[in-house]
Amino acid sequence: MFRSHVMVCGGTGCTSSGSDRIAEAFEKEIAACGLENEVKVVRTGCFGLCALGPIVVIYPEASFYSMVKAEDVAEIVSEHLLKGRPVTRLLYDETVAADNTVKSLDETAFYKKQKRIALRNCGVINPENIDEYIAFDGYQALGKVLTEMTPEQVIQTILDSGLRGRGGAGFPTGLKWKFAAGNKADQKYVCCNADEGDPGAFMDRSILEGDPHVVIEAMAIAAYAIGASQGYVYVRAEYPIAVHRLQVAISQAREYGLLGKDIFGTGFDFDLDVKLGAGAFVCGEETALMTSIEGKRGEPRPRPPFPAVKGLFGKPTILNNVETYANVPQIILNGADWFASMGTEKSKGTKVFALGGKIKNTGLVEIPMGTTLRTIVEEIGGGIPNGKKFKAAQTGGPSGGCIPASLIDTPIDYDNLIAIGSMMGSGGLIVMDEDTCMVDIAKFFLEFTVDESCGKCTPCRVGTKRLLELLTKITDGKGTMEDLARIEELADFIKSNSLCGLGQTAPNPVLSTLRYFRDEYLEHIQNKRCPAGVCKSLLQYRIDPQKCRGCTLCSRVCPAGAISGSVKNPHVIDTSKCVKCGACMEKCKFGAISKG
Amino acid sequence: MRRFSSVPFNGTKAQEAELQAWLQQHKDMPGAAMPALQKAQEIYGYLPIEVQRMVAEALGKPLAEIYGISTFYSQFSLCPKGQYKISVCLGTACYVKGSGKIYELLQEKLNIGGGECTPDGKFSLDACRCIGACGLAPVMTINDDVYGRLTGDELDEILAKY
Repeated sequence: MFRSHVMVCGGTGCTSSGSDRIAEAFEKEIAACGLENEVKVVRTGCFGLCALGPIVVIYPEASFYSMVKAEDVAEIVSEHLLKGRPVTRLLYDETVAADNTVKSLDETAFYKKQKRIALRNCGVINPENIDEYIAFDGYQALGKVLTEMTPEQVIQTILDSGLRGRGGAGFPTGLKWKFAAGNKADQKYVCCNADEGDPGAFMDRSILEGDPHVVIEAMAIAAYAIGASQGYVYVRAEYPIAVHRLQVAISQAREYGLLGKDIFGTGFDFDLDVKLGAGAFVCGEETALMTSIEGKRGEPRPRPPFPAVKGLFGKPTILNNVETYANVPQIILNGADWFASMGTEKSKGTKVFALGGKIKNTGLVEIPMGTTLRTIVEEIGGGIPNGKKFKAAQTGGPSGGCIPASLIDTPIDYDNLIAIGSMMGSGGLIVMDEDTCMVDIAKFFLEFTVDESCGKCTPCRVGTKRLLELLTKITDGKGTMEDLARIEELADFIKSNSLCGLGQTAPNPVLSTLRYFRDEYLEHIQNKRCPAGVCKSLLQYRIDPQKCRGCTLCSRVCPAGAISGSVKNPHVIDTSKCVKCGACMEKCKFGAISKG
Repeated sequence: MRRFSSVPFNGTKAQEAELQAWLQQHKDMPGAAMPALQKAQEIYGYLPIEVQRMVAEALGKPLAEIYGISTFYSQFSLCPKGQYKISVCLGTACYVKGSGKIYELLQEKLNIGGGECTPDGKFSLDACRCIGACGLAPVMTINDDVYGRLTGDELDEILAKY
């Protein structure tokens, strides 16, 4: 038994800021103090508050150390672990009350409104140790399913829970299973979509890194429900830590007889393999993903036949997302009613969001469906940094849209997001402030879809390219009002004629920004101005003669020789020579240079 | 960059033996082509046409099909990469925090375009989509080292380390 546990976050965010070195420093320092038999260092999955990484939590006190540096470790070990005095100076400031006492993490704004189901074990257990997962009720749901329930009962439980796909479209999970179970075949497959391609979303990666066994257990349950004996996890090769932990987890599960032949002595066989993706966004589409597992170009195909009839290698197949699976064991253990008691009428349970962009607490949050965007941004996210104003939140990645400040009180669920022209997507939530140009953001997403369009169908391959050209015309200051009409017509055409979800949703970022930020488009077209000061061709740098002291610094840094003026007299920018690099503005000590 | 490399192929016998051994062992596995190309890229660092031909012959598939797969996935590169591979994250979270500017600055400093390699073979520069370290945005990686919360001022210092 250990009297203290030092949990060091080993998620990608914290690992990127050096948490490995910190864990090693703890181990070294603890050994030097002779505490190695009393204190254990554990590398866990993501705690969620990535903005404050690297994170170290010390139990049993649950002291939350943020932005830990290697040179802090000696002090934490000698003060906290040896003498029992938490180093309040290094604790997350929200956990330290005014009188210097330490508050529980659940009382902080970031964690207070969260409800962790899919992320329940992330940051709590050592993901590379199956015994810790088992100690937290792991594989109990699989045992219950195999020994006490029929496949029909399993499917009914998932149907009753109201669980919908967490990968984007929100299709009822139980229904998917029911269709696949109803098709007779000599072989069926269970697949897991861990090809998280949506830029700015990382919940699936965090679950695989922090709690890989939950996915294995849920896939085994799904396999039992539909009558499959083989599963595949399709995971991005760009996620090396997740791939490694998943492989470790699979071999441990095999060793314990939780994968393989005759699981729990019930005669049920199931095994699992990992397939690495190679960087293609379209492979998040189910038919494309299966084609890719078959080792081919990951192009989608028309449906029907749906994968539940004819999927991987032509056999009935179900495909669910990582987060969807992460909910399944808890639903089996706690019952459908427990799960259905959370959320809104048509969206049950919780949803994990990857909070990013212009927000203080970037990281991973899990909240009950129906929580308002305001709660997420202002309370959990801690608001916008640098005193800027909230302008929009983008959800659904390249398939979604932007939610303007006027709709910040919308309760977030599948149907509300669709109604306001966005979508849930996999759960990326990027916050934008007044410095973000909405035309530029629409262009950014379209560049992404143009890059990632697989090229199989014309509306998507050619249509998105033409749409991007029209947008570029506008950001270059050459757009006309006719272009705007053309954009709307073309967007509508691409939506209704593309083969798969990628093309059908590709115009969404354009349409939703047009819907809520039309005046910004008009400003670009009619007044040739970019109000956020982002679109380079429309920028003009100016020197305010009132503020300029004539220090000549700007004219010296200007690479184009566009600034003239004599010492102690106001300088002037020759806009025809200006290359808009912004060097002058960065260097000016008097705030005399503005752009717009 | 989907184009053939002008660098002559100089694979070694040992590399070929390693690839052939893997191919012989896995050629009957369903869906072997992608793992085979991943293995080949791991061995050679990129997928020149000579290597694609080896894979095609061993798996009994037309070269066109293997080429089709090699050019479809962004992970596969038909050109050799630099000794130090720089990737700038252009995911949404990094982009709204200014990674586009970082990418431009690096092109200027290294005097190469995106997807290219410096003439001495030292650095290659690519844009990538979300490495998932959004809390540290904007982020770039050089081989396995991650640099976050970039402003642009530190780039010279970082490049000088290599």
